[in-house]
Formats: sequence, C-alpha cells, structure tokens
Amino acid sequence: MSSDGIRKREEKSGNSALVKRADLLLFFAVIIVGAVIFLVYRLSLSQGKIVRVSVDGEVLCELPLEEDVTREFGTPYGTNTIVIKDGEASVKEADCPDKICVKHKAVSMFGETIICLPHKLVVEVAE
Amino acid sequence: MKKSSRAAYVGVFAALAIVLSYLESLIPVFVAVPGVKLGLTNAVIVVILYKIGAREAFLVNIVRIAVTGLLFGNPVMFIYSLCGGMVSYAVMFALKKSKLFSVAGVSVAGAVSHNLAQVSLACFLLENGSIAYYMAVLLITGAVSGFMIGLLSVYLIKNVHFK
Ligand SMILES: [Zn+2]
Repeated sequence: MSSDGIRKREEKSGNSALVKRADLLLFFAVIIVGAVIFLVYRLSLSQGKIVRVSVDGEVLCELPLEEDVTREFGTPYGTNTIVIKDGEASVKEADCPDKICVKHKAVSMFGETIICLPHKLVVEVAE
Repeated sequence: MKKSSRAAYVGVFAALAIVLSYLESLIPVFVAVPGVKLGLTNAVIVVILYKIGAREAFLVNIVRIAVTGLLFGNPVMFIYSLCGGMVSYAVMFALKKSKLFSVAGVSVAGAVSHNLAQVSLACFLLENGSIAYYMAVLLITGAVSGFMIGLLSVYLIKNVHFK
C-alpha cells in the first residue's frame, strides 16, 4: 500500500482530531461513576467484628477480629495463611501466582474484603 | 492487503501480545486489586482492529488468551482472561462500528468493559457481593489506562504502516 493511498484513506474517514469530545465525555463519566462508588463505600465503612473466610462461595470459618490468631487454609486451589492481629486481618502467605492477596492491606472495616482470585478465596469483614 | 500477509500478521501480533501479557504480569501494580493493569496488550488489539481488520483482531485475542492460559496456567485465571478479553473485544468492535468515538474512546471502553466483565465474573464465581471497592478502583484505573493506551494506539495507527 502506498503512502498516498493511506493519506487519501485517512482524509476520507476524517480522523484528523486526535481525541473527540465523545471520548473525553466517556472518560470523565467513568471516572465520576468510579469516584461516586468509592465515596459511598468509604462513607459506609464501620468497624467490623468478625472475619469470614470462604472458598468457592462456601464459608470455611468465621474468626473474631479481637483474638490474635494465625490460620492456614488449604484447598484444592492452594494455600493461604491468614493472620489476625491488633483487630486487623491480612493474608500473610499464599502460594498463588499473583500474590495480590498478600499485598493487600490489612482489613478491619465492615464490608472490606481481600480476594485471592486464583484460589477463589474471599476474606470478608462482617458484623 | 494479501490474504497470506494477513495470516502472517496474525502470527506476529499474537506473539507480540503474548510477550506483552507476560511483561505486564511482571509489572507490580500499585493497588492490591485483582485485574488492575496497564493494558499494553489492548494496544495491540486496538491497532489491529483499526489497521488490519476485525477478524484478525479477534484471532490475535483468542490465540493470546489460549497461549498465556497454557503457559502461565491457572484454570481460574484463564476463565477471567477469556471473559475479560471477549467482552472488551465485543465492546470495542461495536463502538468502532458506531463511529461515535475515536480510538481513545474505544480504548477506554475496552479497558473499562474488560475490568467490569472480570468483576462481574468474580462476583458470580466467588458468590460474594461486597465488591464496591474493587468496582470503583477498576473503573478509575480502567479509564486512565485505557485513555493512555488509546493515545499510544493513535500514535501507532498513524505512524506504523503495513505492507
Ligand atoms: Zn492470592
């Protein structure tokens, strides 16, 4: 294809503007929706009482947040070690490929979750 | 473009997309939310969609998901990748056809729909509804990364010519 041909084709399709107004509208609309969801979530946070650990939607156990404990959860998907300390729960160790659950900050507020997608594991703070 | 060179492009770009997928998995993300990423792979899909064709973009996407699934294999992550990849392709294809948006908007929609599809699947697979935080983070990061990847794609579309 010659560069002449390309130029002609570009003129025909009229894509001279790098970014259309509609692109920016979409961009800001998504940002605003995300920010609103985030704000509502933040404002609705309150201290939780227990931590619910589930795999595949099935609740494995519930642990009180006030008791310091370390517990290992082995499932066919893999192993996650959950630690409760000073009223906060976190995943200390895991053999999942992405380690996102381990990097997640400790949770203590009602509704907060730590999710390990590869292991289908959810650590959820409940009341 | 000749049929044989189209097939060659599919091969080359699939390989590029696979390498980018791998590189992306090495880049640490700043928030511990599953699904947050740069979307470099999506730049490849967008460029093919605009420069070569919808069918080729679809093929490259499928090959990339299948091969990365096999190489870095975790069956659960494969399902997430397939779900996100197919939904974002469908959305970008439809929006490109609609001509409402230019490349940047199509890329934003692709990244955001990719994330939304994965969050919805997580909701369904984990049978857990408390995902507002993930939804918020994935919407915002998806929009930002999609926009930047869109600008990168515009640059590539304008400056890279296929023979
Ligand atoms: Zn994990």
